[in-house]
Amino acid sequence: MASASAKKVRPKYLSLPALLFEIRLPVPGWVSILHRISGAWLFFPFVAWLLYLLDKSLQSEQGFQYVKTEYLALPVVKLCLLVFIWSFSHHFCAGIRYLLLDIDKGVDLKTARLTSWIVIIAGLALTAFFGARIW
Amino acid sequence: MKRLVVGAHYGLRDWLAQRITAAIMAVYTVIVAVVLLNDPVTYDSWKALFAQGWMRVATLLFAVSLAWHAWVGVRDILMDYIKPDGLRLTMQVGTLLLLAVYVGWTIQILWR
Repeated sequence: MASASAKKVRPKYLSLPALLFEIRLPVPGWVSILHRISGAWLFFPFVAWLLYLLDKSLQSEQGFQYVKTEYLALPVVKLCLLVFIWSFSHHFCAGIRYLLLDIDKGVDLKTARLTSWIVIIAGLALTAFFGARIW
Repeated sequence: MKRLVVGAHYGLRDWLAQRITAAIMAVYTVIVAVVLLNDPVTYDSWKALFAQGWMRVATLLFAVSLAWHAWVGVRDILMDYIKPDGLRLTMQVGTLLLLAVYVGWTIQILWR
């Protein structure tokens, strides 16, 4: 053990190549940081955007038709919607995982890694499902 | 021994609030997703959905839950990454104002 640690150069500095190619975030770490990033996006701008859409679509028949047939038909708007759907789906699935972790379900390393993969895949699958419906 | 842990007493309450509001929003999301997936939305059905009392109350509950949930989450993010006190405080106040606007806007949309 002493020889193993002696081989490594210490201290290790966080250079950009080290961050990109050497230090790899474990899967639960990816779920965590993506949960944070998606949460931040949902807070802003997505909530504001959805409130705008809800406001417009409930205001009048014309507003509803504009949102449904014109605005949401624009490819760039659909792309934004797709980002929203992924953010929500991932945040939702990862959140359920955290609720389970809070009551001590799946805290051992093997299960934690497995559920992390499930969360990432479920988020993408939900995005594909709802994405197919809006496209 | 009585200990005073200054500034940390809000931790458990916020942690719990974030989880309870998450559960409320999850239930609302599933209900709305099922309603929306069932049949194509027209202006009349959309309008009728949000005219129902339970839907208005549920949506308002969702909005308030979101504001509380996001406040805890965004504050955690700001505490982790924004080190200058003045800037962090400004951004926290900005967050609270924006969340208040969201809730106010929701009420305005629902009870027009």
